[in-house]
Amino acid sequence: MSVDMRTFLAHVELANPITTAAGCASSGRELAQFFDLHRLGALATRSITMAPRAGRPTPRMAETPSGMLNAVGLQGPGIDAFLERELPWLAQRGIRTIVSIGGGTVAEYSELARRLADAPGVTALEVNLSCPNIEDRGRVFAREGSAAAEVIASVRSIMRYDVPVVAKLAPDVADIVSVARACVDAGADALSMINNPLGMAIDTEALRPALAAVTGGLSGPAVLPLAVRCVWQVHAALPGVPLIGVGGVMTGRDAFQLILAGACAVGVGTALFHDPYACLRIERELEDLLEARGFQRLADAVGLAHRPPGSAPRHLLVDSEESSP
Amino acid sequence: MQVTGTVLTTRRVDAYHALTVVAPGIAERHRPGHFVSVAVGGARTSMITRRALTVHDVKPDYGGTVELVFTVRGPGTAWLAERRARDTLDLVGPLGRPFPLPRDPVHCVLVGAEYGSAVLFPVADALLERGCRVDFLLGGAGAERVFGAMRARRMAETTTLTTEDGSLGLRGKVTDALPSVIADTRADVVYACGPMETLRAVTAVAIEFDIPVQVAVEEAMACGIGVCMTCVIPVIGDDGVTRMVRACAEGPVFRGERVRFEDVGTIPFDALGAPGGGARHAG
Repeated sequence: MSVDMRTFLAHVELANPITTAAGCASSGRELAQFFDLHRLGALATRSITMAPRAGRPTPRMAETPSGMLNAVGLQGPGIDAFLERELPWLAQRGIRTIVSIGGGTVAEYSELARRLADAPGVTALEVNLSCPNIEDRGRVFAREGSAAAEVIASVRSIMRYDVPVVAKLAPDVADIVSVARACVDAGADALSMINNPLGMAIDTEALRPALAAVTGGLSGPAVLPLAVRCVWQVHAALPGVPLIGVGGVMTGRDAFQLILAGACAVGVGTALFHDPYACLRIERELEDLLEARGFQRLADAVGLAHRPPGSAPRHLLVDSEESSP
Repeated sequence: MQVTGTVLTTRRVDAYHALTVVAPGIAERHRPGHFVSVAVGGARTSMITRRALTVHDVKPDYGGTVELVFTVRGPGTAWLAERRARDTLDLVGPLGRPFPLPRDPVHCVLVGAEYGSAVLFPVADALLERGCRVDFLLGGAGAERVFGAMRARRMAETTTLTTEDGSLGLRGKVTDALPSVIADTRADVVYACGPMETLRAVTAVAIEFDIPVQVAVEEAMACGIGVCMTCVIPVIGDDGVTRMVRACAEGPVFRGERVRFEDVGTIPFDALGAPGGGARHAG
C-alpha cells in the first residue's frame, strides 16, 4: 500500500509535498542534470527582481556548525531575462513552478506581479518579504505586519485569482503570528516559513567577518527547530491556512516534523547543496515514515501534533480499525 | 552523477594528500579540467557543504578510478585525510567545464602552483595524445609544496620548477620563469591552475606574448553544481559585458583574459546588475 502524497497549496494540487526552497535551485536546469524535475511537488525559483542583480561580493558563504551562512544578495537575471529564458524552459516541460519575487518597494513587487500575471507556467507566486524596504530605512518587509500586508495586498490584487500568492516569512521577528495574520488578512493564500535568520561568523585567521557582507542568512539543520516552532505557532493560530514549511530539512524525518507541526508542503534548500537528489530522497523517506505509521494520506498527518494531550496516537487508531473484524 | 566511491589507496604527496577512489561513471565521463565534489564528515556530520576536489589521475581499473588531490585546510579536509582503503565516499561529478583542447599539435606550457598543478596532468595526457608538445612549469612556496615534479619530468619535453624559498629549482614564482619558458618552448598556448594571484600573473604574461591562456580557478564552493551561487567571479562575456559567473558551472576553466582578476572579491561597478547600475535596492 502506498501513501497518497498529494497535497494542496490553496486550490492548487501538488503531486507530493516536497518543493525546492526559493534560491536553492538556481534556474532549475542545474538540478535537471540529476533528476527529472517532474518528480518534485514543485520547483521554487530564486527570488526574481525587476533589474538583473550581480549580488554581493565574495566570500558569500561560510560553513557553520550544522549549517551555513550565505550572503548571495539575490543574484539573478532580472524579470526580463527570467520571462524570456528561465520560466519558458520550466513551463514547456510542465514543471510545477513557484515563482519567488523580491523587491525594494511595494511598487516593485506590484510591477513584478504585473509582469508575471499573464506569464504561462506560474503555479504559485511566492513573495519574498525578507528584502529591505528602501522606503523604510532598509528594514525588511517581513519584520512588520503592516509593511508585509501592503505588499501582499497589492500583489494579490494584481495576480490572477487562480494563482495562489504565498507570503514568505522571516523567523527573526518579534511576533511571527501577527505578521502571518496580517499577510492572510491582506489576501495571502498560503504562507511559507522560514526564510533564513540572520547570522554571522568571524574568520579567526583573518580576524574579520567571514562574509564580505558581514552578516548572512543561516540555513541548514541548525535552523530546523526554528522552522518547526514557527510552523507550529502559525498553524495553531491560523489552522486553515496552507503552510509551506522550510528550514534545515535534510531527511524525511525532518520534513515529517514540519508536516506534524502544520505544514502541508515542505521546502528543501540547503540539503540540495549537500545532495542534489535530496528532494527525491526526502520524499521517499517521508512516504516510508507515513506508511510505517499507518497513514494512508499525507493530508491526515498535517498538523497532527497539535491534537490535545491524552488523545490516542493516530497510527494505533488506524491499526485497531484495520484489525477489528 | 552521484556515486558512492570506495577508497582504494591513500598516499601523501609531499605536503598534500591523494586518495584514489573507485568511482565508476565519474571516471569514464571525466574530461581534463573537470572536478568532483565530496561530502565530508560521514553520515551524521555537522559539515553540510561539499568540498570541491581536483582530479589528478583517471584510470579504467576496477571499473574506473579517480585520484583526488587536496591539502588540509580545515576540519572537512582533515576528515578526508583520515580516510583509509575501503572507506566509502559520497562523490558527485564530473563537474564544471573541462579545458578546451587544441585540434592541432601545438606547443603547450602547463603552469601549476601548489596543488593546483594536479589538474594539469590529465590535460597533459590528452595533449600528448593529440601530438602536442607539453612543457611543465610547476611552483610552490617550498620544495614539499611543488606538486607532481617527478611525473611532470616523465611526461614533458621540459619541466621547470620554482620555489619561493629556493629549496627546489629556481628561486621565485612560476610567473618569474614563465616568460623564458614560453620563449624557449615557442609556446602556442598556456594552461594554468593555482591560486587567483598566480592565475592573474600568468594571464598577464600570456597576454604580453599574445598567446591564449586557459585557467582553472580555485574558488570556495558550497555545492559545486551551480545552485548555491556562492563561487562567483567577475568574467567578461563574448558580448563584452562583465557578469558574476559561477566558478563551478560556467568554470572552473576560463580564458584567462576574460577573468577580471583584480576585481575578484568585489562586484565591479560595470558588472551586469551591479549596485547603482540598474538594481534599485541593496539586499
